[in-house]
Amino acid sequence: MNKERLTRWLTFGPPFIFMVVFFVLPAFIMVAASFRFPGEYGGLAPMFENGTWQFTLETYRFFFSDFIYTEIFLKSFFIAGLTTLICIALAYPLALLITRVPKRFRDVMVLLVVLPFASNFLIRVYAWMIILGPQSAFSTAVNSVVTAFGFEPVPLLFSPFAVIVGMVYVHLPFMVLPLYTNLEKHDPILLDAAQDLGANAWQRFWKVTWPLSLPGVYAGSALVFIPVLGMFAVPDILGGTGDILIGNLIKEQFLGTRDWPFGSTLSIMLTLAVLAIAALAMRYSRKSLSHA
Amino acid sequence: MRKTSHWLWLAALLVYLFLYLPLTVVVIYSFNDSRLNAEWVGFTSRWYKVLFQDEEMIQAAINSILIAIGASLIATLLGTMAGIAMHRYRLRVLPFLVITPVAMPEILLGVSLLLFFIQVLHLTLGLLSVLIAHITFCLGFVAIVVRARLTGMDESIFEAARDLGATPWKTFQLVTLPLIMPAVIAGALMSFTLSIDDFVITFFTAGVGVSTLPLQIYSMIKIAVTPEVNAVSTLLMLVTLGMIVLAAKFDKTVLRGQG
Repeated sequence: MNKERLTRWLTFGPPFIFMVVFFVLPAFIMVAASFRFPGEYGGLAPMFENGTWQFTLETYRFFFSDFIYTEIFLKSFFIAGLTTLICIALAYPLALLITRVPKRFRDVMVLLVVLPFASNFLIRVYAWMIILGPQSAFSTAVNSVVTAFGFEPVPLLFSPFAVIVGMVYVHLPFMVLPLYTNLEKHDPILLDAAQDLGANAWQRFWKVTWPLSLPGVYAGSALVFIPVLGMFAVPDILGGTGDILIGNLIKEQFLGTRDWPFGSTLSIMLTLAVLAIAALAMRYSRKSLSHA
Repeated sequence: MRKTSHWLWLAALLVYLFLYLPLTVVVIYSFNDSRLNAEWVGFTSRWYKVLFQDEEMIQAAINSILIAIGASLIATLLGTMAGIAMHRYRLRVLPFLVITPVAMPEILLGVSLLLFFIQVLHLTLGLLSVLIAHITFCLGFVAIVVRARLTGMDESIFEAARDLGATPWKTFQLVTLPLIMPAVIAGALMSFTLSIDDFVITFFTAGVGVSTLPLQIYSMIKIAVTPEVNAVSTLLMLVTLGMIVLAAKFDKTVLRGQG
């Protein structure tokens, strides 16, 4: 029926066209840009010049020619991995506790996790700038301990430590929510059964709760790992000059040196990394996703 | 009821402290009578006075609000359509298109739009480019909330409307829309919040001439930190908090949907 098709097109068409124009097309432009030459004054050189198409693999060769870029990628993966692990360590006890309090308190406790998350991202990073600043009470306390042991005082701000703290702080709720959603569904009878069979508290956790919660752990890990991998603002604000990650490198290519082809290449590498991780996480957490 | 160990309570308490302490510090220092965020000197409201006389900041706030209103209106319109379409028709591409921008690191959407605006559209970066960029990531959010609302609904109501001779438009107007309204309003409020809060994508698509509140906060943090940043942060926190509470009143999924 024609009318039905028209209705279908009218609901589906406008958002579809919008996303094709402003999401798919820009993505393709970026792929194309990664094969082009940089312009003389930044940006891109003309695509068609002197009677030939101007395409090159130069940026990809350049990426692998200097180990520093691979190193920055590896470092970003390391930071993202470490942030994810710390988030698991912090989120797990909290999520577990929320599932064990009476039902009427649970929503409030979950809300309390999400609430700080409602404040602006920059404000949350800025808060750590104050806390880790050289004159802060926290820095003074840490350094009085450090000097008491006979070491030189350590600057906390503008260090890899500050970057990790900031990353964990900004992404923690992403870990708590999927973990809680998963843990909430566990049947307490399983733990009783394990106990009756003689398992102690530690064994009950490792043999029952933890394996069952893995889908939640994987889902939360993807939600933390992926944004951290592309983050530039946290290292930019809390990190020192040496704490550059992929995001900072990309930002520098587009807004600093204006080498757009190389910036596009880096963005594509990041996209590929993200897709690989998302595929992995999806594979492992399919169970939890189908329940959520 | 299983006994919960004290260690678990202690660990959870520490995590809550970790979550709230930093923000509390920001708020407290916004009332501190000192240029430095280091020692408590005495109470003052002077940073708020400075803030309200800071013309760049006020202009940035106006820009932020204009963009947030525009982006949330358009994103709500398109997102509602997408949500309905995703629910009603078996679509594979559209869900992918609206959800991926939300799931990718923001920087990727930011730089690809930057390239696109300059290289293809030859657009001078400014309010318009930021507006379009914001719609791109808000749309998916509205679509998810609207679809979630529709999923729990009894299909027979729509069939009944059709059997009674309502045209698709009439069905939408009289049946579908009133039913999904809470989700639509919640989606609009969340879009407003996401837009007014966005830093990364705005950073790449705003160009040099236009500033928004987050951009202004960023440049103050990077160049010269004064407690004025704390003051604007405190106010912004109140605004977003109000918005989210309001959105959650209309539809509970927004609280969980952000992940």
